[in-house]
Amino acid sequence: MIKAAPMRALLLLGPLLVFLGLFFVWPLVTVIAQSVSDPSVSRVLNRTAAAIDGWDGTGVPSAEVQAAFRADVVANTDDMAMGDVTRRLNATKSGFRSLMGKTVSAVKEDPDIDLARIDDRWTDTAYWQAIQDNASPYTDAFLLAALDLERDKSGNIAAMPEGTSANATILLRTLWTAGVVTFCCLVIGLPYAMIAASVQGWKRSVLLGAVLLPLWTSLLVRTAAWMIILQDNGIINQALMGLGVISQPLALIYNRFGVVLAMTHVLLPFMVLPIYSVLLTVPGNLMNAAASLGAHPVRAFLRVLLPLSFRGVVSGTLLVFMAAIGYYITPALLGGASDQMLSSVIAFYATGSANWSMAAALGLILLVLTLILYAVYNRLSRDPVEAR
Amino acid sequence: MMAMSLFKSVYATLIVGFLVAPLLVVLPLAFTSGAFLTYPIPSYSFRWFSELVENTVWSRAILNSLLIAGSTTVVATLLGTLAALGLRARNLVLSSQIRTLFLLPMVVPAVVLGVGMQALFVRFGINSTYLSVIVAHSVIAIPFVVISVSGALGGIDRRVERAAESLGARPHKVFFLVTLPLAMPGVASGAALAFATSLDEVVLTLFVAGPNQRTLARQMFSTLRENISPAIASAAFVIIVGTILVALLLLLMRRRSA
Repeated sequence: MIKAAPMRALLLLGPLLVFLGLFFVWPLVTVIAQSVSDPSVSRVLNRTAAAIDGWDGTGVPSAEVQAAFRADVVANTDDMAMGDVTRRLNATKSGFRSLMGKTVSAVKEDPDIDLARIDDRWTDTAYWQAIQDNASPYTDAFLLAALDLERDKSGNIAAMPEGTSANATILLRTLWTAGVVTFCCLVIGLPYAMIAASVQGWKRSVLLGAVLLPLWTSLLVRTAAWMIILQDNGIINQALMGLGVISQPLALIYNRFGVVLAMTHVLLPFMVLPIYSVLLTVPGNLMNAAASLGAHPVRAFLRVLLPLSFRGVVSGTLLVFMAAIGYYITPALLGGASDQMLSSVIAFYATGSANWSMAAALGLILLVLTLILYAVYNRLSRDPVEAR
Repeated sequence: MMAMSLFKSVYATLIVGFLVAPLLVVLPLAFTSGAFLTYPIPSYSFRWFSELVENTVWSRAILNSLLIAGSTTVVATLLGTLAALGLRARNLVLSSQIRTLFLLPMVVPAVVLGVGMQALFVRFGINSTYLSVIVAHSVIAIPFVVISVSGALGGIDRRVERAAESLGARPHKVFFLVTLPLAMPGVASGAALAFATSLDEVVLTLFVAGPNQRTLARQMFSTLRENISPAIASAAFVIIVGTILVALLLLLMRRRSA
């Protein structure tokens, strides 16, 4: 009977473990693999890649390597793939474009031709070096590019030239927007949670209901609601123009203001609820005790209630920030082109320009950031007694 | 002290307004007869609701959503409930790690998961099918089921089950006559949350669904991007009312079981 228990647990857990292994863990592993994989050169020049691995990088590679290269060129039937290879090699060492064009047609005519006779450049170490550098099926180029970094000629990590890539800007913008949203949620949510915890009866029900109702309502509906309210002929602009405060509609949508406002609305419950649940465990007469001992209400607040709610504040802050950095729908609908966050850029690389490796590299950065925040949250939100 | 409590009331009212008003603003617009989503409403009509039913793009999307959300609910509730039962076992090795794994789909950014799922489903040859959408939605719906069923199971007094055992009930009988009925409210709210999650899912759907699996949420998302038609408000009305009905249903079930 005792031996049957773990077996039964395994049978019950098994289906979900398999399901999540297949459809949750595997996709994430695919993202990680994709972000460091670069098969375009190694797939077409697979013999060369294997042969050139042992080359010491001086002079010109041995006859076997050159033969492997010719064999790869002859064996390849996919012109598109070869074009990819050429582009990649040309990016490392300019001059490859014309060299490859010449070489491919010459080798296809005579598979045993001496490469040096086709073009002098095949006696130049730098060209073979470029092939060796690109031969590995793994690369850190995409991960570096996600941070606007690249490897220079000598292989050291260096910043990309100004203006070539906006990834770092977008990463900073994502963190900044998420930070502003978190700050707004905290400033609005902390007093709200304190009031909700301090009142009783129907007042408390109303205050909690107001937080739970949006949480229960579809995110899409809430975002649509903000679009309707904030648009040029929306209710706010109409009211202000009717009152004569403004003569032209204010731009409230398709800018940072709209994104921050709507995201604050959407994420506010995640700030209020953790703080509220921590405050519920605080005895209600503590503030009275502080007051009766002569503390000014402000002082009582700062020295008693605020420290006691700190655990909830930290949980809420982490929760809101973690959710905010991965947001896609709200910035996509309410933001302009310069308000797009990391998720939008990942979606653009994946679906818009089919640059899967770049999408995966940016995705990996977002994933790692989120998991670190979650690990901290998980650690802090555990029962303090148990954690000790 | 008076000033303090007045300040508290005003502040609380303002924030309640901020939280609730956007939802209230949308509802009347569902009944506009005009072609734009603006106030004042020219006159009231059901024009945009009939658009939802008669326009095949919208009606197809609604049917797709019901089919996909329904299947997701079945898959997620089944797997999630079994797993929550498994997590009850005492001395389970790695139990906190397994629990964390079950909750992670809620944490991982949907776009990242979408990129990975699309790549994998394309490799399997099942991308842009109902299967791929249902699987994707189930993955992110499962945490809600695990949490709510675990919560209900945690509230069961184990002595009740032991009493049944000591009276000679076989394990499966204990399960079906004692454990499951007691856990039922948790299973039901888990199922409702799974349904709601699938109904509202956009990001994964963008990656793994084809044109034939266009869901209501997906259709709303692209309509919002292109032109804000009042059909949006009608669709939002349907979703809000649906949500309230499900919540009421759950409340009633809780009342009855309590």
